[in-house]
Amino acid sequence: MNGSPHLHQPVSVQLVMLKVLVALVPGIAAYVWFFGAAILVQIALASAAALAGEAAMLRLRGKPVGLFLADGSALVTAWLIALTFPPIAPWWLTVSATLFAIVVAKHLYGGLGQNPFNPAMVAFAVAIIAFPALMSQWPAVGFTDFAAQLGMIFKSQSPQDAVTMATPLDALRTQLHVPEARATVAGILGSHASFGNIGGKGWEWIALGYLAGGLWLLQQRIITWHVPAAFLATLALIATGFSLASPDRYAGPVFHVVTGGAMLGAFFILTDPVSGATTPRGKLIFAAGVALLVWIIRTFGAYPDGLAFGVLLMNLCVPLIDMGTQPPVFGHKDSKKERKP
Amino acid sequence: MITALLVMAGIAVVLGALLGYASIRFKVKGDPLVDKIDAILPQTQCGQCGFAGCKPYAQAIARGEAEINQCPPGGEEGIRKLADLLGKEFKPLSAEHGTEKPKQVAVIDEALCIGCTLCAQACPVDAIVGAAKQMHTVVAPLCTGCELCVPPCPVDCIAMVPVPETVETWKWKYPVVQMKVVEHA
Amino acid sequence: MLATLFKFKGGVKPASHKDESTQTPIAPAPLPPLLVVPLRQSAGGTPQPLVKPGQKVLKGERIGAPEENFSSAIHAPTSGTVRAIEPRMLPHPSGLSAPCVVLEADGEERWIERVPVDYAAASPDALRDLLRDAGIVGLGGAAFPSHIKLKPGAAGRIGTLIINGAECEPWISCDDMLMRERAEGIVRGAAILRHIVSADRVLVGIEDNKPQAIAALRAAAPAAGIEVVPVPTRYPAGGEKQLIRVLTGIEIPYGRLGTEFGVQCFNVGTAYSAHRAIELGEPLISRIVTLTGNVERPGNVEVPIGTPIDGLLKLVSPKADTDRFIMGGPMMGFTLPRTDLPVTKAANCILAASPALFPPQVPEMPCIRCGACTRACPAELQPHELYWFSRAKNFGKAQEYGIFDCIECGCCAYVCPSNIRLVDYYRFAKTSMRALEREKTASDAARQRFEFRNQREEREKAEKAARLAAKTAAARQAIAGAEKPAAAVPAPAQTAEESAPALPQLDEAKKALIAAAIARAQAQKEGVQPKNIDNLVPEKQAEIREIEARRAKVRELAKTPPEEPV
Ligand code: SF4
Ligand code: SF4
Ligand code: SF4
Ligand code: SF4
Repeated sequence: MNGSPHLHQPVSVQLVMLKVLVALVPGIAAYVWFFGAAILVQIALASAAALAGEAAMLRLRGKPVGLFLADGSALVTAWLIALTFPPIAPWWLTVSATLFAIVVAKHLYGGLGQNPFNPAMVAFAVAIIAFPALMSQWPAVGFTDFAAQLGMIFKSQSPQDAVTMATPLDALRTQLHVPEARATVAGILGSHASFGNIGGKGWEWIALGYLAGGLWLLQQRIITWHVPAAFLATLALIATGFSLASPDRYAGPVFHVVTGGAMLGAFFILTDPVSGATTPRGKLIFAAGVALLVWIIRTFGAYPDGLAFGVLLMNLCVPLIDMGTQPPVFGHKDSKKERKP
Repeated sequence: MITALLVMAGIAVVLGALLGYASIRFKVKGDPLVDKIDAILPQTQCGQCGFAGCKPYAQAIARGEAEINQCPPGGEEGIRKLADLLGKEFKPLSAEHGTEKPKQVAVIDEALCIGCTLCAQACPVDAIVGAAKQMHTVVAPLCTGCELCVPPCPVDCIAMVPVPETVETWKWKYPVVQMKVVEHA
Repeated sequence: MLATLFKFKGGVKPASHKDESTQTPIAPAPLPPLLVVPLRQSAGGTPQPLVKPGQKVLKGERIGAPEENFSSAIHAPTSGTVRAIEPRMLPHPSGLSAPCVVLEADGEERWIERVPVDYAAASPDALRDLLRDAGIVGLGGAAFPSHIKLKPGAAGRIGTLIINGAECEPWISCDDMLMRERAEGIVRGAAILRHIVSADRVLVGIEDNKPQAIAALRAAAPAAGIEVVPVPTRYPAGGEKQLIRVLTGIEIPYGRLGTEFGVQCFNVGTAYSAHRAIELGEPLISRIVTLTGNVERPGNVEVPIGTPIDGLLKLVSPKADTDRFIMGGPMMGFTLPRTDLPVTKAANCILAASPALFPPQVPEMPCIRCGACTRACPAELQPHELYWFSRAKNFGKAQEYGIFDCIECGCCAYVCPSNIRLVDYYRFAKTSMRALEREKTASDAARQRFEFRNQREEREKAEKAARLAAKTAAARQAIAGAEKPAAAVPAPAQTAEESAPALPQLDEAKKALIAAAIARAQAQKEGVQPKNIDNLVPEKQAEIREIEARRAKVRELAKTPPEEPV
């Protein structure tokens, strides 16, 4: 017996996921422009692994394979994994991390809609713990030699120093922690032409691409303003505070916002609805919490970027945040407690 | 060393006193477990469980002398709730105690009734009214459907009829998730 | 003009599809030969039938009396003969039956005597009674008795009266057409309602996609000092709570009446029928129904209550690919189990559905917690949380999260990308919770009565024992005192078993007498017993044997003194 409503808006999970993928395109385009086509290979690898893993798990769990495979959620996870990994990571790393994300982080928790942790971030965290060296090899800007990139991805050719370099975040973290080096933020960032003066050459453009896609998602009402705004504002605020107090030791807000995975995270990773908070206030708290953790891990932690750990830690708090931030119901604005059957 | 021991002992004494006080202060009257079990039982008072009513059965369960699957009117749902409450395994309704039936009420054929009062004596919840040698009748909203009044009637004029579903008591069915039906590949 | 309108959160904007059915004026529906008038057409109990099969009734004659003050009267929609009073299937999602008066029309349409009342001279109480006896209920779909809504509440007085002409559901246009064609009557009805509650102001809220209705009411209104307020078109602006919120900013929570907040809301159709009832003396025996959807000639018709729907459908010729009919609109209506069911006071629209117009349900996906439902919910609930709790049958939590505040508007399910039938889960949870509540009340009552009875039996047993002891003592004294044959001893009045303890004291003759009585009683019992089971079907006999065994066991158990509760 099917009751009302008999009408349905033309939306589906598939459409939502498709829009997310489309919104990633400007960022990916900038990525290719600055770092070559290797990222496309990674995206293809991750997508194939995700779809294969998803299909296998769906079959194992006795779910309709065609229906769920077409929902596109596995592809979104795959693309996010590819975009957060170094583009010259060996193929087996991308593939196994993606499989881990789909099989363990998604399906062992119950599949679409049930996973408490963001699968892409689980993949990133696992990879960086298991293979820290491989996860820190980033191509230098302008290294767009596709053949050489393919060599690194598929033949595990170790990259030459000329073509890889530490990311600006990495450089800051490693050099600022050495007291005798007496390094300053400005000094480090100015030390290498490709660090640029904002967030690392190329990275700011990629961030801009993500921003454009994210704004489009906002306009499409796929995401709400709460998460990106709270995340970026908190990150900027903390960074401003500390860099004003000690400009030599702490990077400024603009750097933090455009570098690393910040922009991708703000619009595409933190906004994952399944593992994030759902109430408006909850979203603000969730995103601000991630921003705080990101800044702490970036500044004091042992890992180059804190996004994955920040997101995972806050994922843990989501049930609590949601429970504590239930907005009042229509008609119960002043007296929340008097609801009777 | 000695001070440490003394401190520990002191803490133990204070905590013990607190606990003791709490147990007196917050003592629950009666037997909450029996009441909790009794609250789950359907109060049909039919005796199918082998006890003289729901409360005695609840007491027996609380003492661990009876299984949780002996109450047919409570059905599977009742057993599940009991299992939850007592932290026991769910088991299906024991067949020797009866089967789950839709709720019924007794109806007396008033033309046949000779007014012997036997049914009124059998009714565990005083749902049958009437005086000696007068026609008896069942107050339907009070009747629990226990069937205990049926056998004593010498002229066999009591029938059990199922309670019909009305527009007011009708329940919306649990939605069927269509996810698995549309398998295509 | 009102300075500000308030906003309600959420809502959706489905295509309105109202133009289809507003091209032609309201047409009278032909009188069917047989009408089926359900006795229960409003909240608050089933009215008692006032007629008998075979009885002749006039048009507008009362055939169902309101139960106390909680329900509304029912009237014969035309003159004719009552053929039966029997359960018939109702237009209800359950497809269940309830008592209906089956009326055969004689085609003469002879009215009862109609007595117009000058409302300005009548007391509010008298007018409320008149409305109840005229069977006036909310015509917006909920069919709540109007006289109850007109009782002043805790706030003392209803300052603002709202006339609801928003009609936000797609496809439905009966209120729109009523406002266009009978604005005068609506305004007069509003004046009556206003007089009853002595409201300061009357606001007529109309969605701004009905310019003609707005113009018509504005033209009719100035005389009565009634303000027509266009409200933004957004479903469910016509929900009572939403319209009150938009026009006054007041939010009425679940379970409370607007009267408590000094505001009350009536549908335009209700106002119109109040006018007919008071100023023309005509009870509510017909209503305007929109016939639309997948039909050749959509339109609005004025239909006598009780007219079978299939007859109406012939007027508009449903197209060949129609697969079902919906009573009400596409957002809140329900699929009719059959089409030979009667039109009731709540039936505002019959919508022919086809797979093209209303695509069949696509497979449900898991909730991705996207929050689309939360943004669409006008009750400001968290539909995905409610869904989760309802699905898990965690009713306590569902209630805590406000499931009873859900107005079942369907906005959440409309926007859900996972296509979850959210509202069906809420309906399931709500009806289950109400059933549980009823069961609990019943079992609590049974427990009390059982315990009371046990106490009474105990007391009686004790009293009996005391009496017996006293008598035995008396008998002993008599024996000892007189030293005479036992024949002189007064026989104990109790049954044989109960006097058993006294037996040893009695002599042989007495013993024999008692034994004979027991035998007689037993013989009698046996003589009766077979009669009891004789003419029964074997299953029933087996059942009785089983019950007997159980009873024996129970008696057995009852004899052993119950142990102390642990
Ligand atoms: S079987 Fe009958 S008497 Fe026993 S607990 Fe169930 S309802 Fe009560
Ligand atoms: S047992 Fe039968 S005959 Fe006796 S009072 Fe009850 S219904 Fe009447
Ligand atoms: S709209 Fe549907 S999928 Fe989205 S949160 Fe609500 S119930 Fe879940
Ligand atoms: S049906 Fe209930 S939960 Fe859904 S949008 Fe309407 S009021 Fe909110």
